Amino acid sequence: MKVRDVLDMLECTVEAGAGGLDNEVKCGYASDLLSDVMAHARDGDIWVTVQAHENIIAVATLVGLAAIVVAGGVECEPEAARRADEEGIPLLRTRLPAFEAVGRLYAAGVRGRTGS
Amino acid sequence: MRLECKVTGGDFQAAGEAAAKLKRTLRQVGIDAETARRAAIVAYEAEMNIVIHAFRGVLSVDISPESIEIVADDEGPGIPDIPLAMQEGYSTAPEHIREMGFGAGLGLPNMKRYSDEFHIDSTVGRGTNVRMVINLPSKGSLT
Repeated sequence: MKVRDVLDMLECTVEAGAGGLDNEVKCGYASDLLSDVMAHARDGDIWVTVQAHENIIAVATLVGLAAIVVAGGVECEPEAARRADEEGIPLLRTRLPAFEAVGRLYAAGVRGRTGS
Repeated sequence: MRLECKVTGGDFQAAGEAAAKLKRTLRQVGIDAETARRAAIVAYEAEMNIVIHAFRGVLSVDISPESIEIVADDEGPGIPDIPLAMQEGYSTAPEHIREMGFGAGLGLPNMKRYSDEFHIDSTVGRGTNVRMVINLPSKGSLT
């Protein structure tokens, strides 16, 4: 599944980073603690969070995430969008709550990583 | 090979740049993805600790054929009780920083978990020095 395939599913707008819409989504991760994401998310994960400030882009770049989904209708900060464009990390925004967004991804076959 | 980055306390805009630079460099010199990931995690946490807690600091990295040594040296308030600071979930970060998803008390534990050697030394009122070593897989023993 590619990032562009989740846009309708999650009723998303693409806030920035459209250059990465063809990134392959391998697995998913959900968390609002940046250290937790750094430690446990992996290359190719789609990340669901309610954090929307610029530092989420640094985390996404370091981990090599496929995309960030900002859930719950939280507004993305302009600096986050600017950096997402720079790094080519799709920054998606949805009004759906995080739980619903994750549920839809899971139902579509995106799994979390279990073990290790 | 040596890299050095200055890190400024409170500068959340530049936060993560030192770790990103390190990861790019490691990949360029052919370090495997998993080792680069571990180095990026510990460098990021060390960098963020300076941004969150200290006035200023330097993140330096030495890459040798055997290992990657990452040192974070800061001028800041220091840590009065290191064993307490090492406990997962313990944090002194202020509320507005926690709301950003930092200060979960995972920084130092992550640095220890993802490095092969971890040393921390701190003087209250002066600053903190963290030294971490990540061993490189030896070329002769590819599995």
